[in-house]
Amino acid sequence: MDNTTRTELRKKAINTRITALNMVNRAQSGHIGGSFSVADILTVLYHKVMNVDPQNPRWVGRDRLVMSKGHCTPALYAVLAQRGFFPEAELATFRETTSRLSGHAEMNVPGVDMSTGSLGQGLSAACGMALAGKLDNADYYVYSIHGDGELQEGMIWEAAMTAAKYQLDNLVAIIDDNKLQLDGPTAEVMPLYSLEDKFTAFGWHVITCDGHDLEALDAALMEAKGVKGKPVAIIAETVKGKGVSFMENNVHWHGNVPSAEEYEKALLELQAQLQEVEG
Amino acid sequence: MAEKIATRAAYGKALLELAKENDNIVVIDADLCACTKTDLFAAEFPERYLNLGIAESNMVGVAAGLATCGKVAVANSFAMFSAGRAFEQIRNSVAYPNLNVKIIGTHAGLSVGKDGATHQCLEDIGLLRTVPNMTVICPADAVETYQAFRAAVEHEGPVYLRLGRLAVETVNDTEDYRFELGKGILKKPGSDVTIVTTGLMLQEALAAREELLADGIEARIVHIPTIKPLDEEIIVQAAKETGLIITAEEHNILGGLGSAVAEVLAEKCPVPMRRIGTNDVFGKSGEPHELMAEYGLNKDNIVKVVREEYAKKTA
Repeated sequence: MDNTTRTELRKKAINTRITALNMVNRAQSGHIGGSFSVADILTVLYHKVMNVDPQNPRWVGRDRLVMSKGHCTPALYAVLAQRGFFPEAELATFRETTSRLSGHAEMNVPGVDMSTGSLGQGLSAACGMALAGKLDNADYYVYSIHGDGELQEGMIWEAAMTAAKYQLDNLVAIIDDNKLQLDGPTAEVMPLYSLEDKFTAFGWHVITCDGHDLEALDAALMEAKGVKGKPVAIIAETVKGKGVSFMENNVHWHGNVPSAEEYEKALLELQAQLQEVEG
Repeated sequence: MAEKIATRAAYGKALLELAKENDNIVVIDADLCACTKTDLFAAEFPERYLNLGIAESNMVGVAAGLATCGKVAVANSFAMFSAGRAFEQIRNSVAYPNLNVKIIGTHAGLSVGKDGATHQCLEDIGLLRTVPNMTVICPADAVETYQAFRAAVEHEGPVYLRLGRLAVETVNDTEDYRFELGKGILKKPGSDVTIVTTGLMLQEALAAREELLADGIEARIVHIPTIKPLDEEIIVQAAKETGLIITAEEHNILGGLGSAVAEVLAEKCPVPMRRIGTNDVFGKSGEPHELMAEYGLNKDNIVKVVREEYAKKTA
């Protein structure tokens, strides 16, 4: 990755966090912590890796993304608008009665390939898309993004078996492994033990990387494209609330809304990061 | 009497035939292809057949993903597991985004027989008719199943097709029979009482009508293969013209056809009515016909109920 690309992606990722913060602050509801942990993953996917056409969001040959952790729409919608799927001004209507930008991801929003929100269902849908790609001899890739807590849903492992059985090497599941869920650390609520061992045992190719290192994410996604005969799981090690000091690794920010003072403080931190990148 | 055919068997043949016309049909099963009769399709079109093992929730989710890519995804299991276990997946991954998925529920109702209560789904019509965007069909015989499945495939959007295990008499094998989505069928005329049926209770109602004629009671038979969207007009007209409605279904009296009809009558044309179905109880193991008799889902009970209600009407 060259310097210009790296700088551009970093700016986009920080801007995504600023936009997500503004969306949640304005709506006075929404999920900041998981949106911040997934922001870098979405940035690399939509601005570097995925083959999409914002002018033709339902183009049949496009790469597809299933945002299985469907509550992280502040990040997803911010990135989709940034990529040009719909006007950024519309983000100000997030979670409003008259808006199409509702709390969880919906297919009526340009760029959203699958409606999600009920955890655990997205990997199955992604398998369906990948199977359709195989049936049609299409060369698109299907990406799905899951929270680590979401992997407690049994349906995920039903889908994991499906992907291995049908050798869905056009499917890449990315785990936003931020180690926290609504009620606390995943290790306390319901331990997942080794995700690498689990996915390997289910017949997947597993790649682990730093989920906030844009180059590492890019490299992992490139490696995934080279894997043949197996689906790929990327365990992206992330920090919930990444980017704002007092939100990082704090489960309070799963679904809570900042006070006016907290909002200002968070915004200043993110703006300072942006200035630093811009030099 | 014509050969008895299970609706699931008729479905299996219809599926194979339609798959020859439509390359987009993809069939998904959960380790029950010999029972759901998708084995015929699987043998002919192995590349379009996916057996996803004993995992119905995933089956429905995969169907949703296939549908987003333009496939007509047909997901099969026993009603208990397709409509029951995967209910939330149907609601959120299929019906909410209004995807073109056909959910097939075979082995519905008491007539499953000896497998008993865990496999006798008596709640599926109630579950799925409350889900927006969903169409719910429960055919009576082979002819109706064939036409209904064709209509389900032609319809763009989610459909639940409820089928039975038991071989049943074919009663719709007439020249003029046409299945139309959302339309009820005036099967027999009559002005004294209307028996509204769905599924295999049509056959029982037709037999009951013959017996009631001997009493001088002329029962209209209105058959409802599509429970949602419901043909309200044919029900309201029957209420106006006969003044007494009896519903008959192989389903809990709560939530199914009887409830749907009661809702229409209460709002549009209140007349006396009674629901025949299972009375908020579970089934059990047994010979299908013995179970149907014990739970009141047969000709004899329809005759008894009609006589009782007709006596009140004419008192």
